Amino acid sequence: MKAGKKANIVLHIIFILMTIACLFPLLLVLSISLSSSKSIMDYGYSIIPKEFSLEAYKYILSTPITIVRAYGVTIFNTVVGTALSTLIIGLFSYPLSRPDFKFKSVFTYYILITMLFSGGTVSWYIVCSNVFHLSNTIWAMILPYLMNAWFVIIMRTFFKTNVPYSIIESGQLDGANEYIIFFKLVLPISLPGIATIALFQALIYWNDWWLPIMFIVKPELYNLQFLLQRMMQNIQQINENAKYMSSASDQLMNIPSDGARMALCIIAMGPILFVYPFFQKYFIQGLTVGSVKG
Amino acid sequence: MKSRKDLKRERRTPGQKSLAIKKQLPLLSMMIPGAVLVFMFSYMPIFGIILAFKKINLRQGILGSPWCGLNNFSYLFKSNDLWIMLRNTIGYNLLFIVLNVILGVALAIALSLMRQKLASKTYQTIFVMPHFLSMIIISYIVLAFLNMENGFVNKIILPLFGKPAINWYVDEKPWPFILVFVYYWKEIGFGCIIYLASIAGIDTQLYEAAAIDGATVRQQIFNITLPMLRTIIAIQVTLAIGTILGGDFGLFYQVPMDSGALSDVTTTIPVYVYKNIANGGASSLGAASATAFIQSVVGCILVIATNLAVSKIDSDSALF
Repeated sequence: MKAGKKANIVLHIIFILMTIACLFPLLLVLSISLSSSKSIMDYGYSIIPKEFSLEAYKYILSTPITIVRAYGVTIFNTVVGTALSTLIIGLFSYPLSRPDFKFKSVFTYYILITMLFSGGTVSWYIVCSNVFHLSNTIWAMILPYLMNAWFVIIMRTFFKTNVPYSIIESGQLDGANEYIIFFKLVLPISLPGIATIALFQALIYWNDWWLPIMFIVKPELYNLQFLLQRMMQNIQQINENAKYMSSASDQLMNIPSDGARMALCIIAMGPILFVYPFFQKYFIQGLTVGSVKG
Repeated sequence: MKSRKDLKRERRTPGQKSLAIKKQLPLLSMMIPGAVLVFMFSYMPIFGIILAFKKINLRQGILGSPWCGLNNFSYLFKSNDLWIMLRNTIGYNLLFIVLNVILGVALAIALSLMRQKLASKTYQTIFVMPHFLSMIIISYIVLAFLNMENGFVNKIILPLFGKPAINWYVDEKPWPFILVFVYYWKEIGFGCIIYLASIAGIDTQLYEAAAIDGATVRQQIFNITLPMLRTIIAIQVTLAIGTILGGDFGLFYQVPMDSGALSDVTTTIPVYVYKNIANGGASSLGAASATAFIQSVVGCILVIATNLAVSKIDSDSALF
């Protein structure tokens, strides 16, 4: 079903307006990051830099080691977290897709219950900090996201629909053990599903500020998002209470110019916006596979 | 009528007989890391829900803390906070549930109606993009607009209309609109994908047959597309109702920059729980755990109840 010619033009106009609404804020942030601090003082933020300057980026790349380190923490969390969680989720969901696996329904319920009922943030926090002692460790930002019930369901459905049982049987006939069957036969034909999970997880780790907000106090363990959050909080405190400025000992929190802060924003979102269009089809696939009942 | 067991037995084809227990072991061993993690981060907190009935002492941990009956709940009910956050949480979430369906389906249908496929794909790519930004980034973007001294709104837009600058982070009146707008700016594109995919799955012959019978585009939308989307809408709504006492912490905490002056319109349950954890005192932890308890129990009951209601009306549309 297609719209008529006139209606189509109307749709185009609406969508072009929406496109502007989508992109304008991002361009504004980019423009602020490329403006000289003097022009921001004089004219405020504007959508086209009044005075073009790279000083904000130079400042970020030159001075505080904390920013570089936060970038490193983010990259470490993203790489290690994504690799581990993709492996663990894959290994967990594959047996659930096997029709000859006896404990299929037991473990499906095991995972479904966690989707229906959760212990709530307080007991989760106390378990993580008091029982596992995760506070102020890098693992606090990796372990809690490794398993994800929703992704298990997606992967199970993916294995079920895309891996013919005859392939597994042929492996069994040849005497391969289950691990060889999984890694040599099943994984190669399941790469699109694996890629979907990996991308979603990479995004979760890259964008995460919730785990550091709960568990991280040490500045050297700040990731990029958390660093941005702390900077924001500091600005807020400075705005609300001028006295606070003198007592803010941590100099990294007082990144001077608005431009530098927005430049840090651009650095934090850049990789995602750059990479995302190439992988869009995997995201969409993941969403639609997950919505299949069964 | 065949019993469920019979049906199950019939469905199983000869090649798929269960393996002997011994042969199940390698498959079971694959699940160990995942099962342990789920136990650690989902089941242990579920057991930890007893904290709602304990006087929490961080040193003594979950088991060591002394019982205190319903004290945490009475503390919570006596405070004024409960009603404010319930109003905010349920209010925003109900609005989101309704608008998510209406706006999501409308956008999906509009995108699917485009004559140029490539244009439709391009728009879709752009609309989905904001979903992948973190709430921290979004809060900076909002700040770029609403900053008191330099912000785009105060410096460029308001002067155009000859209006004085507004101190946005202190004035609570516009915030419900700002938050809802920010939410849809971020999520509308992503929210419509699932409907778009369902529309793509509808048999085109239905539309062809309707067109031959002289049905207009509008009639086709209301008589073919919408009824075909019924199941997916029901599933989305059921899932959303389960989180009606939850919601996006970042939207209500990061975007208003935790401004105290706005707390009347931004305090939702996740914000309240977080602030009490950050506070760390025994009574605030108690109030937070009581809130979290209510949140979990009510969420679980609501999903099951909604699912039951949906399955009564139309069994195909039920989630489970």
